[in-house]
Amino acid sequence: MTAGPLLSVTDLVVDFKTRAGNARVLDHISLDVKEGEILGIVGESGCGKSMTALSIMGLVPNPPGKITSGSIKLGDQELVDMDIEALRKIRGKEIGMIFQEPMTSLNPVFTVGEQIAESVRLHENVGAKAAHARAVEMLKAVEIPEPEARAHAYPHQLSGGMRQRVMIAMALSCRPRVLIADEPTTALDTTVQAQIFDLLQNLQDETGTAIVLITHDMGAIAELADTVAVMYAGKIVEKGKVDRVLSHPDHPYTKGLIACVPHLSANPAAISERLMEIPGVVPALTDLGTGCAFAPRCSEVITKCRTDSPRLFETQPEHKAACWVAQKEMT
Amino acid sequence: MSGAQAKPDIALRVEDLKVHFGGKKRFFSGYANTVHAVDGVSFEVPAGKTFGIVGESGSGKSTTALAILRLAPITSGKVVLGDTVISDLEKEELRSERSRFQIVFQDPYSSLDPRKRAGAIVREPLELMKIGTLKERDEKVAALFVQVGLRPEQQALFPHQFSGGQRQRLGLARALSTRPELIVCDEPVSALDVAIQAQILNLMADLQKQLGLTYLFISHDLGVVQHICDIVAVMYLGQIVEQADRVSLFTNPRHPYTKALLEAVPSVHQNKRNRRERIRLVGDPPSPINLPKGCRFASRCPVAEARCHQEAPPLLEKENGHQVACFLA
Repeated sequence: MTAGPLLSVTDLVVDFKTRAGNARVLDHISLDVKEGEILGIVGESGCGKSMTALSIMGLVPNPPGKITSGSIKLGDQELVDMDIEALRKIRGKEIGMIFQEPMTSLNPVFTVGEQIAESVRLHENVGAKAAHARAVEMLKAVEIPEPEARAHAYPHQLSGGMRQRVMIAMALSCRPRVLIADEPTTALDTTVQAQIFDLLQNLQDETGTAIVLITHDMGAIAELADTVAVMYAGKIVEKGKVDRVLSHPDHPYTKGLIACVPHLSANPAAISERLMEIPGVVPALTDLGTGCAFAPRCSEVITKCRTDSPRLFETQPEHKAACWVAQKEMT
Repeated sequence: MSGAQAKPDIALRVEDLKVHFGGKKRFFSGYANTVHAVDGVSFEVPAGKTFGIVGESGSGKSTTALAILRLAPITSGKVVLGDTVISDLEKEELRSERSRFQIVFQDPYSSLDPRKRAGAIVREPLELMKIGTLKERDEKVAALFVQVGLRPEQQALFPHQFSGGQRQRLGLARALSTRPELIVCDEPVSALDVAIQAQILNLMADLQKQLGLTYLFISHDLGVVQHICDIVAVMYLGQIVEQADRVSLFTNPRHPYTKALLEAVPSVHQNKRNRRERIRLVGDPPSPINLPKGCRFASRCPVAEARCHQEAPPLLEKENGHQVACFLA
């Protein structure tokens, strides 16, 4: 394993022009993923987690969106401002992506085998036969029963869980170095979700692919990720090792995200009747003030929070939070 | 929390409910290709309590809810609300009883008429049921807005001007407007962000306490069900496989399907290392058209025996109110 990060995002800023003004969708995002590591990105809808994935893939819709500044490095290749042809060689080959909805992201008029073979032939100089063989091999790797027969099936003939396996097979067919999974199991049942998680984990153990897992579910982060970044209103508000962040969250938003979900408990009689609430809603990105974006919903807010936006700072080695209160407690 | 009462009032009783869809008529043997969406479901919901139905997609939980509301055709069986047999009512009779049972839908974006103002949406049931005078309706709607945590002046807004959580509050206000005996909630929080989920769940609990509401709560999220329900039924392929009060079900699940379902839920109390040691279900549920002969769960069951593939286990009571349909439990 190499020590340096495989994928490195530094101070990434993405702006969207809207009728209501400029919306800063990503505000100085910095992330590192090492080989063989799973990075989880978690947050509510509209916090920018999917936009982070799209930026890495070079798929920010332009216009209205634009990468204003910052850098995205894969190994030592800079992806921001790379020309479209070069980027196409990287997408699918070096960076694979799995989307949330396996029904709409597969082409209904081609068999799944053809679709996997297509991505192989796009990136590698192989013939139709070899590509098909690879497709079958990939279907086998994602534990689809009777892969030879299923390669000739159309997407509508497969269940949701099977389709998501096909998506994973397609994303991994060119053995990418980084796999981005954007809410890969949100549309699936819990028991199938558990199967997909196992599959991702096993494939990673075998290939060492780095995975960026985007989710709104803290439970999924706990079970799958090594490191986690919590996003709110386009910013990373806390990041660190999963065990540490979940057991000792420093940012009030992270604390709220963990506490407001009714988690299964071994002792249900002891459950308190009310859940902890995060009051209010996510602010509009067009009228963020100068202060911390979370301040209006925060239970621990102090005067400084309303005027100055906190930067990420280290509360522990490898654990950072962007919160004045947490910083105050440190010093 | 009635305590001293020997037998609590039953708000809703469902007896051997079956909902079958479609199928070509055959000359001798009934219908071919029939989808057995709900296949013999019986349960009772005590007044003032929350009865949860959990299951994966295709388990028939939503169809059960719709059949109770008479929004899906009942093939056979009985639905009794209070002392009225809802399943026997037709047309005008049914319409006049509809104020007694209401629904809160899953998707607050598609379940509110985008061209109607919020006030009119909440008011509509009162008008359809001809409840109160015009003035009383005005007052009632304003009071409902306050009750669900909205401001009365927000009546003039259109649905698109509300956030997802606020829209679900509107859905609740609309359901509450006729003071129903039963509110069916079909995945009321699964389309919402986690932080908003907590707000709506707390609101539902508060309203139940204030107004003594009875909820039939349909969900696939075991965490939510554990939090809000008093009694829980687990459905698999159109049948209840286990039913018990909340504490008993979650501390002592007996059916292998319930166990597997509980193990599959990702939780912040877990981590990467212990995740792998848990039991996993393989494959998908069988088709509700060609149902297996024995236990419907046998093909995915980690402990199934020969008998399970031959005979269907009945739902039997094991200990005070804990019912399980499994030979091995």
